Amino acid sequence: MIQVSHLTKMYGPRTAVQDLSFEVKSGEIVGFLGPNGAGKSTTMKVLTGLMPATSGTANVAGFDVFEKPLEVKRNVGYLPENPPVYSEMQVEDYLDFAARLHQIPSAATKAAVAGAIEKTGLGDVRKRLIGNLSKGYRQRVGLAQALLHNPKVLILDEPTVGLDPKQIIEIRQLIKSLGGEHTVILSSHILPEVTATCERIIVINRGKIVAEDTIERLTTRLKKGLIYSMTVRNPQPAAIDSLRRIPGIKAITAEGARVGIEIAPGAEEIRDRVVETAVKAGLGVLEFSAERVSLEDVFLQLTTIENETTTTGA
Amino acid sequence: MRNIWTIARRDFRAYFTSPIAYIVIAGFLAIMGWMFFWNLSHFNLQNLQYQQFRMGKGASITEGIIRPLFGNMNVIFLFLVPFITMRLFAEERKQHTIELLMTSPVTLTEIILGKFLSSLLLVGTMLVLTLVYPITLFLTGNPDLGPIVTSYLGTIFLTGCYLSLGILFSSMTENQIVAGALTFAAGLFFWLISWASQSAGAVWGDVLSYLSLIGHYNNFGQGIINSTDVVFYLSFIGIGLFLTHRVLDSFRWR
Ligand SMILES: Nc1ncnc2c1ncn2[C@@H]1O[C@H](COP(=O)(O)OP(=O)(O)OP(=O)(O)O)[C@@H](O)[C@H]1O
Ligand SMILES: [Mg+2]
Repeated sequence: MIQVSHLTKMYGPRTAVQDLSFEVKSGEIVGFLGPNGAGKSTTMKVLTGLMPATSGTANVAGFDVFEKPLEVKRNVGYLPENPPVYSEMQVEDYLDFAARLHQIPSAATKAAVAGAIEKTGLGDVRKRLIGNLSKGYRQRVGLAQALLHNPKVLILDEPTVGLDPKQIIEIRQLIKSLGGEHTVILSSHILPEVTATCERIIVINRGKIVAEDTIERLTTRLKKGLIYSMTVRNPQPAAIDSLRRIPGIKAITAEGARVGIEIAPGAEEIRDRVVETAVKAGLGVLEFSAERVSLEDVFLQLTTIENETTTTGA
Repeated sequence: MRNIWTIARRDFRAYFTSPIAYIVIAGFLAIMGWMFFWNLSHFNLQNLQYQQFRMGKGASITEGIIRPLFGNMNVIFLFLVPFITMRLFAEERKQHTIELLMTSPVTLTEIILGKFLSSLLLVGTMLVLTLVYPITLFLTGNPDLGPIVTSYLGTIFLTGCYLSLGILFSSMTENQIVAGALTFAAGLFFWLISWASQSAGAVWGDVLSYLSLIGHYNNFGQGIINSTDVVFYLSFIGIGLFLTHRVLDSFRWR
């Protein structure tokens, strides 16, 4: 549904996005993850035809963004970073205008507007001036506008920004329900956001893709070996040293009763030896568990690795 | 065509959701009304003097009332158009709603023409309200219809040029006040250019007087539709809107 290849976008001399290539299949929900200034919004603007790329190609819903912009725009619903709403208009009038802009046949306009209002929970404010709505509600109006013409592809730039926790859950559920029928790309720098809604994430930093995978695989792939944690009764230094001598152990850290054990990749099967040695050394094992690397760590790792390489490269 | 109308319709309505349109229309009608009755009484006095004492010269309704009426109207539009056009793009950029327009299946040309049409409709509404003056003249006297029709036509063309300039400046900035001020300055420039033409050399004088917006109105005021004038006005409007297209398109590339 979306193919991007070697996309580069420069703002004057400054590169915002560099040599980006990725694909999104029909019905997928993909999260763009990256810190501020990573190039998420820029990529999305190129995909919606809002701005042309400096080089590379992008194909959305079967049409080249640069050659057939109108066809792409017909098939894309876009929620920009700042919801593009007219403060002097009523919610319903605004959506009616958006429906006309998208050339929804006049007979179907009413139903489309009502449907979008229903989906985004705007029923109570349909006659209110958008300028008088809270940030969260304005965000919903922006979202309603993106859904209105039932587009094949939805491009949502930080869709839950400004919403309260309850609204966030509702909107996430809405986005999740859109998958399958619609192809969705959403951006965020908040990890729980992408883990909650997306099947796949594309991590970008400083305009480059750092990682691209499903959440589970990304989590395992990025573990620098496996980390276990053990709680012991007698954390004597000598006993802990005996653990260090086991082949395959990368590092041991001791903080009070908690001992962190990092096992080199490929040496997972030495767990029994670790426990056995610990018992023999008289540490008194109370608990032994695998520590799951959270996506937050992955993200931190990804971006710090990237920073290191770029700084050394420069 | 439908897209142009979609945009024009929204912008035309937006005029009436802010006080600006009401202020512009009310100010316009007040000044026009005052001018009209002042002209009328002056005209009557002149004719009375002419008839009784054969003093001065008798003027036709066209010369004595219609011409000054439209002359004044054209000056008033010079002042009012900046208020009409300043928000058209500046506000869209400030509110980020331009992104809605630019990601809808609508071309940039359609967006610009829609905006132009909306402002022209507002001017048209104002002109329709001034019909009360010629109607008054027809009820009380016997004016020539021709010059009235061509004066309206000329005013539409001339104001269209101001609107086109205003839309261009509105596309250049997010600041409405700046857009309005530049529009007024540019309008004044093209208005006054004919004065400079008198002191300039032969060639430059011709060039400058050709560029004068008001210079091309004279024929319309006398009931003459000259294709040179029509072509000039249409080109002026076209160039302004074309430059607007260039400006907005260039923002996409940055
Ligand atoms: N109009 C612009 N002119 C110049 N530079 C720009 C412009 N827009 C963005 N940039 C730069 O391009 C880079 C990428 O910006 P972008 O807005 O795409 O980041 P982002 O990932 O969306 O960040 P955020 O999480 O803050 O929204 C940044 O370094 C930014 O400073
Ligand atoms: Mg952004």
